Amino acid sequence: MTSTAFISSDLLILLPEIVLACGSLFLLLLGVFRQAGGARLVSQGSYFLIFVTALLVLLQPDVRSIAFSGSFIDDGFSRFAKILILLGSGVTLIMAQGYLHRENMDRFEFPVLVLLASLGMMLMVSAGDLISLYMGLELQSLSLYVLAAFKRDSQRATEAGLKYFVLGALASGMLLYGAALIYGFTGTVNFAKLAAFFSAGHGETGLGLIFGLVFLTAGLAFKISAVPFHMWTPDVYEGAPTPVTAFLASSPKIAAMALFIRVLSQPMLGMMEQWQQIIVFIAIASMVLGAFAAIGQHNIKRLMAYSSIGHMGFALVGLAAGTEEGVRAVLIYLALYLAMNFGVFGCILAMRDKNVMLEKIEDLGGLARTRPMMALALAILMFSLAGVPPLAGFFGKFYVFLAAIHSGLYGMAVIGVLASVVGAYYYLRIVKIMYFDEPAAVQTSPMSRSLGIIVSASSVFTLFFFLYPLPVMNITAKAASSLFQ
Amino acid sequence: MSEWPILSLVTFLPSIGALFVLLIRGDEAVVAQNARMVALWTTLFTFALSLLLWSGFDNSTAAFQFVEKHAWLGGNINYHIGIDGISMPFIILTTFLMPLCILASWEAITERVKEYMIAFLVLETLMIGVFGALDLVLFYLFFEGGLIPMFLIIGVWGGKRRVYASFKFFLYTFAGSVLMLLAIMAMYWDAQTTNITSLLAHRFGAGMQAWLWLAFFASFAVKVPMWPVHTWLPDAHVEAPTAGSVILAGVLLKMGGYGFLRFSLPMFPVASDNFTPLVFALSVVAIIYTSLVALAQKDMKKLIAYSSVAHMGFVTIGMFAMNVQGVQGSVIQMISHGLVSGALFLCVGVVYDRIHTREIDAYGGLVHRMPLYAFTFLLFTLGTIGLPATSGFVGEFLILVGAYQANSWVAFAATTGVVLGAAYSLWLYRRIVFGELVKDNLKDILDLNRREIAIFAPLVLAVLWIGIYPMPLLDATAASVENLITHYQASLASFGAGGPPLAHAAQ
Repeated sequence: MTSTAFISSDLLILLPEIVLACGSLFLLLLGVFRQAGGARLVSQGSYFLIFVTALLVLLQPDVRSIAFSGSFIDDGFSRFAKILILLGSGVTLIMAQGYLHRENMDRFEFPVLVLLASLGMMLMVSAGDLISLYMGLELQSLSLYVLAAFKRDSQRATEAGLKYFVLGALASGMLLYGAALIYGFTGTVNFAKLAAFFSAGHGETGLGLIFGLVFLTAGLAFKISAVPFHMWTPDVYEGAPTPVTAFLASSPKIAAMALFIRVLSQPMLGMMEQWQQIIVFIAIASMVLGAFAAIGQHNIKRLMAYSSIGHMGFALVGLAAGTEEGVRAVLIYLALYLAMNFGVFGCILAMRDKNVMLEKIEDLGGLARTRPMMALALAILMFSLAGVPPLAGFFGKFYVFLAAIHSGLYGMAVIGVLASVVGAYYYLRIVKIMYFDEPAAVQTSPMSRSLGIIVSASSVFTLFFFLYPLPVMNITAKAASSLFQ
Repeated sequence: MSEWPILSLVTFLPSIGALFVLLIRGDEAVVAQNARMVALWTTLFTFALSLLLWSGFDNSTAAFQFVEKHAWLGGNINYHIGIDGISMPFIILTTFLMPLCILASWEAITERVKEYMIAFLVLETLMIGVFGALDLVLFYLFFEGGLIPMFLIIGVWGGKRRVYASFKFFLYTFAGSVLMLLAIMAMYWDAQTTNITSLLAHRFGAGMQAWLWLAFFASFAVKVPMWPVHTWLPDAHVEAPTAGSVILAGVLLKMGGYGFLRFSLPMFPVASDNFTPLVFALSVVAIIYTSLVALAQKDMKKLIAYSSVAHMGFVTIGMFAMNVQGVQGSVIQMISHGLVSGALFLCVGVVYDRIHTREIDAYGGLVHRMPLYAFTFLLFTLGTIGLPATSGFVGEFLILVGAYQANSWVAFAATTGVVLGAAYSLWLYRRIVFGELVKDNLKDILDLNRREIAIFAPLVLAVLWIGIYPMPLLDATAASVENLITHYQASLASFGAGGPPLAHAAQ
């Protein structure tokens, strides 16, 4: 095999990422040269680019292919995560449109940053060694720091961005330190070689290696905002512009969780005994804190921050099981969570009185009378987030706990389901405010058409998912099995 | 089984009706009237269709009938429904009560009628699904799903403390059920299926049975409700609109009893046997304590709510007596209680609609102005006491016969409950209906109108019919009940004789 052929086949595997990278750079240039008039063009170009990239991901051959000597892995698992990521980014861009326009923020950088963050996330979920992992993660994180502070004349947004940056940098540092330790004690950064190292009977894992694992886990736990690395989440969610919050709650969570799964279940599978304790702890802590801390919240974005902490805790339950069905459960959970998230943030973005954004939960008072369809959609989504059957959210919880029970993690399962009962309280409180209370002083203006479509699609999917769940079940099963081949 | 999927149709027809109601547009009065009409016709048609289930039902077999099975979640979790002699009466009860509830809400509900009807129709689908499900996950789906519409019914159309009552109702039942969900998962991994027919034949290890039994108990005990987890019920009943109370007492409480019969007893016989003293003790406390509490109530609905707890105490005693009389009695008592307590809540609703208070002291002497009402109320009061020729007698008598064989002290204690039941019911009746008509606002109160007669007539007939000639009901349930008991005794004997096989116990 000649070296040119070798490289071109590698490039082919990376084609979606390359197209996305070149495309976003092109859009950046376009935006710079067209100045003020470019924003619209760039945002339309970004939809197209995301669509093309998603198409390319879908067209990848249905095999596990490895590029650049193992630094990049393209398998069913990564393709599934990439589709979710691109879906999250695309829907975020659509949802953001009206908001950016109203708040005078429709600058061309916004879509470009979202695209670059998506590129980082795609590289993350395909990472085959610790270095490509870190590069993908940083590309994503740096774009997100800027996005969080995108409303640059707002004190809250800049504060959120700075906080996110400082804490995120700390977490990246920890992750890098962990990676360095692992390299130091094993002599490799490649996932396949690490897996071989552990299975080759280097059974007694040294203390340094465990330190490395702990640091790595801490860094990744920060990215999915799991307790005790969650502190940034409420402040950033509240301070960042709402479309950015919606973005933070969707694609980056999926990418980080997918990365977490890959790291723990491929190279680190041999150290499962060690990491399982950590995951069980952070899963329990996240579920409990997410449930209790959300009760006292009055700002709906802050509430959603705690809700997302709780949901990541539930997703981690599947990961803690450390089995193929556990991974599949996490994927089901993430897919359904993403779908619900669109609807919830669509509703939050639609909460405005003329041009003033409303963020207090009380502002939803009596929504069932003033905007019955929006209230119905939000109520469906809230019940679903609480995990009440027959709505979609129930199936996510069902599968993660099913996997946990199979692995004998009974204590965690019991604490988890009880936390979901506590969590149900604050979701119900939103339903109560919308349905039982008298209309609030402020009136929510009608939803824009694009938001309406997203919210109704999300709630209809959530409501009727139980009628035909088989496709999601099959796709996730396939994606999870590709990880354990 | 190449015919129409009647059971699925019965289950989902109400939801289709709900979709139609959702689509109704126009100005408010027209929407309200159309929503009522659509809901009424949907429920009537569902009832008619459910009668086909009964007429096509084969009394001679304990096997599941009208079975439908389709792939659903994959991995041995299917959409699998069917009915046997235990579940069929509950489905008929549900479809029978629903049109009456819609009629009872005809004038009482004037706000957000469309949403109200949607909530009721969706609730009907979920309730029928609970009784028809032959897959545990599907069962759980329907069982828990019912919380959503009921939460909204109590919270939106309820009384003053509706928010408190609706949250209490939701969180209590949700907390109980999630533990059952974990048990369902553990059963799935042990038996590799959630198919109820396979699980009925599966032998769980004795140690595992105890845990599974407790988890199911957590859910069903809250639902029944058993003392001491009954406290949500009086609140929910008092605050719910009349039709909500009817459904709550008539059907939702029966889900707990049905759950014991369908899951706890046949699937975990050893644990059931071990925990029988616990169930007996809690039931006896429930019967005596809540009867005494009922005596002290000032609110009519609250009194009937506490009497429900006492009556469901009889039901749990009958089931765990585990003989033919006890179990059949508990099924009949559940049906009868569904009719009678539902009717009593409707009776309260009649005067509440006119005077807008549920205080017992605000009434008195109604017989002078409302003879028809006085007659109806009396009949159901006697039904709740268990007078012969009413449905209450058949159920209570059979339960006491069954309980006496199992444990005579329990039967003795339960019988004192019958006496107390007569005391609070008749006293309630005396204070409301008899005496002089002295209150000014009662002087021009009107008797039952045609709509209300249409609501009560079928209930009166049903209560008398079961009271005088219960054979059709007994015949329908006999095969399934006998099968349940033989199966139960056989598994107890096999565990007792050989001891549990180690392989099973180790799991």
